[in-house]
Amino acid sequence: MTDQELRVSKIESGTVIDHVPGGHALKVLAILDIDGSDGETVSIGMNVPSDKLGRKDVVKVEGHELSQNEVDVISLIASDASINIIRDFDVVEKSRVDRPSTVTDVIACPNRNCITTEDEPVQSKFDVLENGVRCVYCNTIIREDLTDHIHTA
Amino acid sequence: MHREHVLSTKELSRDDIETVLDRAADIAHSGTDRSRYADTILALLFFEPSTRTKMSFDTAMKRLGGTTIDMGSVESSSVTKGESLADTIRVIEGYADAIVLRHPSEGAAKMASEFADVPIINAGDGAGQHPTQTLLDLHTIRENVGFDDLSVGIMGDLKYGRTVHSLAHALTKIDARQHFISPESLRLPRSVRFDLHEDGANVREHTDLDDVLSTLDVLYVTRIQRERFPDENEYREVAGQYRITEDALEDANDDLIVMHPLPRVDEIAPGVDTTTHARYFEQAHNGVPVRMALLDLLLQGETQ
Repeated sequence: MTDQELRVSKIESGTVIDHVPGGHALKVLAILDIDGSDGETVSIGMNVPSDKLGRKDVVKVEGHELSQNEVDVISLIASDASINIIRDFDVVEKSRVDRPSTVTDVIACPNRNCITTEDEPVQSKFDVLENGVRCVYCNTIIREDLTDHIHTA
Repeated sequence: MHREHVLSTKELSRDDIETVLDRAADIAHSGTDRSRYADTILALLFFEPSTRTKMSFDTAMKRLGGTTIDMGSVESSSVTKGESLADTIRVIEGYADAIVLRHPSEGAAKMASEFADVPIINAGDGAGQHPTQTLLDLHTIRENVGFDDLSVGIMGDLKYGRTVHSLAHALTKIDARQHFISPESLRLPRSVRFDLHEDGANVREHTDLDDVLSTLDVLYVTRIQRERFPDENEYREVAGQYRITEDALEDANDDLIVMHPLPRVDEIAPGVDTTTHARYFEQAHNGVPVRMALLDLLLQGETQ
């Protein structure tokens, strides 16, 4: 399977997330809260040879167009990913992910003593660092296991 | 200095710090015009016990000529009915010209500032920050040893000690050399080390005070709390290693000052109180002029 074949192999409508770092496809699906139980068609290519990344993963999800919020979160674990929105077998939108400076309401703060974990009308908010994220309320830094703390769908 | 809220020492510049300390020195020397704050009300919201911080804010507002309103203990407040902090703040901001908040959760003051149009002053948020303590710490340091060529040792519970976190950020702003002395399990948290590194701080970490004592101008001692340790024996062993006695200070510089945010339990032996090194009671007294200065600078805009 070549890079080219993967990109053009057709889905009718949905999203193709390309140039995900090798071995991270399942994390991307976890972020999107997709585990197949809702019956959506999902195909994954893992550790596919890539000129740019050496090895890359590709995720294709039928019938699901990513929201900006979801793209922001994917950028945290796959900064080189590209997002292709497909309608009627055509790529109608193609974009690179762009690391946002902050992400709101997508990561649950792992600090149990953080005000955002209490029953207060406040959304979690994290600054995006070069290598991780940081809670703007309690300053907790998450570098490893970021996907464990992502609660968006 | 023009700031809406005082949440953390991270956002204070050296200029901000010196403006507050200059004003504090001025107030300590010549007092203030009490008539300016005759109609000013400061709200004290303490969701955790406090003696010094609460009483010194109370004293500071009253010495400026204003008055205070106090939520009282959590047990007697509507918090027991399940009211959120955000709602409490939205109500109290309608009663007072500024709010002093202590809360057990990290980030509480920051969140409160998002629900208030009046200034929020963070008087301690969990293991987070305690910026007004730092201002009075710095006032004590400046009055005793000055900021030039300053070497400060901070010892004890560096992981959970909010006074330590606030002080470290501020010492970085005044270019002090910082030595952190603690057991391995109570080292500075990653988030504070990250900031100090980003800000180019001059920082060393030690497990033994003797490695640095003779080079210090200031030794800042904090309490190691029993609840941070899984068992009593381990606590006793560690706490014993980080206890200051007259003998322990024998190798110290003659001009070394010993500070402590108080309350102390037994980490500074009473014998140290009568040495020329002890400054912790003077430090606690400085809470009043420094908080007067801070309130004056924060409220100026509101009363003019």
